[in-house]
Amino acid sequence: MDALSLSQVEGTAERKNLVPGSLSVIPLLQAVQERFGYISERQLEEVAEYTGVPVSTVYGVVTFYSQFRLRPPGRHLIRVCQGTACHVLGAGEVLATLQEELGICEGETTGDGLFTLESVRCLGCCSLAPAIMIDEATHGRVTREALPEILAPYRVGGGT
Amino acid sequence: MTGRREIRVGLATCGIAAGAEPVLELLRAEVDTRGLNVVVKPVGCLGMCYNEPLVEVIERDGASTLYRRLDEAAVVRIVEEHLVGGAPVDELAVGDDPFFRDQVRIVLENCGVIDPESLEEYRACGGYDALQRALTEMSPEGVVEEITLSGLRGRGGGGFPTGKKWSLAAAESAPIKYMICNADEGDPGAFMDRSVLEGDPHRVLEGMAIAAYAIGASRGYVYVRAEYPLAIRRLDKAIAAARQAGLLGEKLFDTPFSFDVAIKEGAGAFVCGEETALIASIEGRRGAPRRRPPYPSESGLMGRPTVINNVETLANVPWILRHGADRFAGYGTEGSKGTKVFALAGKIERSGLIEIPMGMPIGDIVYKIGGGVRGGKRLKAVQMGGPSGGCIPASLADVPVDYESLKATGAIVGSGGMIVLDEDTCMVDVARFFLDFTQKESCGKCTFCRIGTKRMLEMLDRFRRGEGELEDIDRLIELGEMVKAHSLCGLGQTAPNPVLTTTRYFREEYEAHIRDGECQARVCRDLITFRINAETCRDCKLCVPQCPVGAIAQGAGAYQMIDEETCVRCGRCRDVCPFSAIDVVTGKVRA
Repeated sequence: MDALSLSQVEGTAERKNLVPGSLSVIPLLQAVQERFGYISERQLEEVAEYTGVPVSTVYGVVTFYSQFRLRPPGRHLIRVCQGTACHVLGAGEVLATLQEELGICEGETTGDGLFTLESVRCLGCCSLAPAIMIDEATHGRVTREALPEILAPYRVGGGT
Repeated sequence: MTGRREIRVGLATCGIAAGAEPVLELLRAEVDTRGLNVVVKPVGCLGMCYNEPLVEVIERDGASTLYRRLDEAAVVRIVEEHLVGGAPVDELAVGDDPFFRDQVRIVLENCGVIDPESLEEYRACGGYDALQRALTEMSPEGVVEEITLSGLRGRGGGGFPTGKKWSLAAAESAPIKYMICNADEGDPGAFMDRSVLEGDPHRVLEGMAIAAYAIGASRGYVYVRAEYPLAIRRLDKAIAAARQAGLLGEKLFDTPFSFDVAIKEGAGAFVCGEETALIASIEGRRGAPRRRPPYPSESGLMGRPTVINNVETLANVPWILRHGADRFAGYGTEGSKGTKVFALAGKIERSGLIEIPMGMPIGDIVYKIGGGVRGGKRLKAVQMGGPSGGCIPASLADVPVDYESLKATGAIVGSGGMIVLDEDTCMVDVARFFLDFTQKESCGKCTFCRIGTKRMLEMLDRFRRGEGELEDIDRLIELGEMVKAHSLCGLGQTAPNPVLTTTRYFREEYEAHIRDGECQARVCRDLITFRINAETCRDCKLCVPQCPVGAIAQGAGAYQMIDEETCVRCGRCRDVCPFSAIDVVTGKVRA
């Protein structure tokens, strides 16, 4: 993906009503990531320039919060809940099976760029433990056996 | 709400995950094609998560039938037999379920009843009446007084008296003040704030507006986790609708009071639930807490007086103004008034979202409401308060749930996560799970929190491998006490709690790990061995293809054998064995 020009970050800021200043750093980073899937080095510098916050500080913010990504993710993001209820009901096994199934480790993206696998703290669906989230869809009471079936639609049509 | 026939479909995140969306669509289509005079609407979480997807049919006279775990065939039957035929389908209904019997719903009164995206429905239930009353009939001092009298305390975990917090900010004379709603529900195992935002978002906005009036703020922020997209969407709609109706914005109810709200999405940092870290995050910085005083009520967001209240705390506020402080204070105990919402999960028969009067014994929650431990297993402990809380052993099941009683056990009420643990749960593993969480989420500012938790984690890892010496347990406790004493914020001050409570109540389990290499719950993989019992094995070979590492091979006779060196202890062979011929052994017998 090509780097953006400052005008594009500015355009994003305008659409979101974000004025220059430190208050806009996180919303702007979020908007950039929402649109491009990650934050490139160039965009990081542009956010710093637009907000007037030193680029070192912006980098500090990006690496502090777990939401931000400095590398492009796969087409579909799989998040495996590692909350308490999920932990005691087998989330570790779900994660292990997904790693096996996709041939990647947690935090990695498949070679074809289709899936990125991440584990998250808690999806807040504890009654449906163990739970996973693929893009914005939550799947509950996940079993090892059900995983291939859950992944299938994302594999075929490339998902939604 | 009365006089019309309606169908409510629970459409919170958990309902959707359980398949409620196709149920809603099918119901709408069926009602449409048959031309039935019935309103089909989405509602928030009913709390009965173990029965999702849930559908409730309300007759014109108010009679209700609650249907559970529905699929398409069941929906069609309900349409044909109940909606058209007029006879409720008893076998699909929940029936007389004790789940709701001992609950008192204040915060959750509208969840699962109204369409969360309809301002009209919220208003029909008395919504925004409390704000109107506050603005037109009460002084800001009067509002603070009422909340103080109610005895409401912070529901996010701190338990600080809400009225006191408001009066401190109200006493500050500053041209600008801020009202912040903390919806950064980060505790694993807690989802009540998500459910309230998804099921009754206007209630939180109304609570914020009332608080803002009481302290003299004109600007508010809701700081909400980015992991809750549906809650953000519904809150966003609610803010827009409230603005449109003149319930947010300039000169509300024709008074001089103006108040508006913006959403700030969190970016994934547990520590931002701490108020000074949350403020830093809104200001666009790394979410590191700072030393207090000055407290936010004096110098908060952008150096202005700021009040930060949790979602559930604010959701109580309109109810208190509508029904009076006395009625609220009528529920609960001497020091803990009102109700508390808990997310009941883990190894429990009926998991879900419950609201109970403060003071109910833990055992009543687990057995009367939750239906006891799943699969008839033995209750071992209840984990309360997430990573800041502790594990309360089954022997203390009669301890009442209130701020002081729980604190005495070493746990806390916390935000309300309640995870039931059974005999198959290893307490060393649970302690490690929470410490791993807080260790990774430590912002790194305080040395004890940054390094102390790391050293504690390493000790727990050694125990899980059966290493270390018995004296290490006391070293672990000592270090834990130091982390608590020398950390600036709530994260470090509470991070050792899961370790301190498990070493206090389950010390023998730690000792067994270290001394005998024994994990009684058979969870710690370095301390267990899978063996096939040659007597009971029928040589069906079902387990062989299940093994991911090919560790199962033909034994000397008509039975299979597991190569202990290759085995990764995943347990798949045991799960699939129809003859229970696979034993998991631990401790000295392994040798």
